[in-house]
Amino acid sequence: MVKEIEKTGLPVVHICTVVPISLTVGANRIVPAIAIPHPLGNPSLNNEEEKALRRGIIDKAIKALTTEVDGQTVFED
Amino acid sequence: MSKIKVVHYINQFFGGIGGEEKADFEPVVKEEVIGPGLAFKQNFKDEAEIVATVICGDTYFNENLEEAKAKVLEMVKEYNPDLFIAGPAFNAGRYGVACGTIATAVQDELGIPSLTGMYVENPGADMFKKNVYMVSTKNSAAGMRGAVKSMSQLALKLAKGEEIGTPDEEGYIARGVRKNIFEDKRGSARAVDMLIKKLKGEDFVTEFPMPDFDRVEPGKAIADITKAKIAIVTSGGIVPKGNPDHIESSSASKYGKYDIDGLDDLTSETHETAHGGHDPVYANEDPDRVIPVDILREMEKNGEIGSLHRYFYSTTGNGTAVASAKQYAADIAKELVEDGVDAVILTST
Repeated sequence: MVKEIEKTGLPVVHICTVVPISLTVGANRIVPAIAIPHPLGNPSLNNEEEKALRRGIIDKAIKALTTEVDGQTVFED
Repeated sequence: MSKIKVVHYINQFFGGIGGEEKADFEPVVKEEVIGPGLAFKQNFKDEAEIVATVICGDTYFNENLEEAKAKVLEMVKEYNPDLFIAGPAFNAGRYGVACGTIATAVQDELGIPSLTGMYVENPGADMFKKNVYMVSTKNSAAGMRGAVKSMSQLALKLAKGEEIGTPDEEGYIARGVRKNIFEDKRGSARAVDMLIKKLKGEDFVTEFPMPDFDRVEPGKAIADITKAKIAIVTSGGIVPKGNPDHIESSSASKYGKYDIDGLDDLTSETHETAHGGHDPVYANEDPDRVIPVDILREMEKNGEIGSLHRYFYSTTGNGTAVASAKQYAADIAKELVEDGVDAVILTST
């Protein structure tokens, strides 16, 4: 899906837990997530901490979308 | 000759531990023949026996790749088997990745002949087909009989060090290995034969398939994110409560487009997940854990992004055919462009 959308020229950031799959499939901008059933959250945290965690991932995603890449790039931090 | 000793790797489901709620199950080893192992046992007759079965949860393995690999390697090593079999995984993505990872590790790090089996569209197939023998199976466990039969035959050959035939002969997924062979007819004659068949519109088999790179140029970076319209797309199956479009929990036949105008936060009251490939509890409790509407809405209000697109798109990526996903995404992409979206956040579970 990432590739099909990116074909139009729109930049796409893929947020996913199993980064090797995303790399194999061919996403160009990848941000690692927390866990398969809750990629952008962590139920063991309280509400505020969880939102801060989610915010951190989105910040990485925004950084990915505003950064030129010339191949597959994983945005770790 | 004594029997060939086999260690078998299976997931929590085939191991009889449980379904998605047990997918974070840490690896255990049992000196038993379990689940698909029983079918292998029948096919092996007296030639081989499964001395131990390792069972591990799919989510555990994928979320802790290195740790899980090390633990399972340790367990396999203990039994010093002549052969290691993982799966078959069919079209179960996390299971396929686990099988490919561990079969490759056992083969490369312990030097034990290894094989696995899965459906050609399983993400584990592309990741590991070059590293390890991987029997091509059907996309669901309904194909267990055929899968185990082919895997057993190939497994015994591998353990005995016999010569392995071509992918077509043995039923494994091509590894991209080239081998020199003698043909009766010389190359020019074969090429002309092929050309004549092609001109007549008949089927012919190329001797050199072109590699399929299938990569896409990265989209241009967004120059000013504070003016950009951002859309959310997900394969995590988030839908309005009640799943109005009846998106299937696996092998989705459609995607949904949902209006989030005026919504600041997704809750268990408003939305849920249709995804059947993982434990849905966390996504149902707070769907923002899969599509971060709450944060993006805040950023929109603070002027940190231009806007959040009025609609999000969703399907379930669980066992869904690559061709279907491609079609959905092509339709979605067309609409996103028409609607003036500048960038896309795509989340997967």
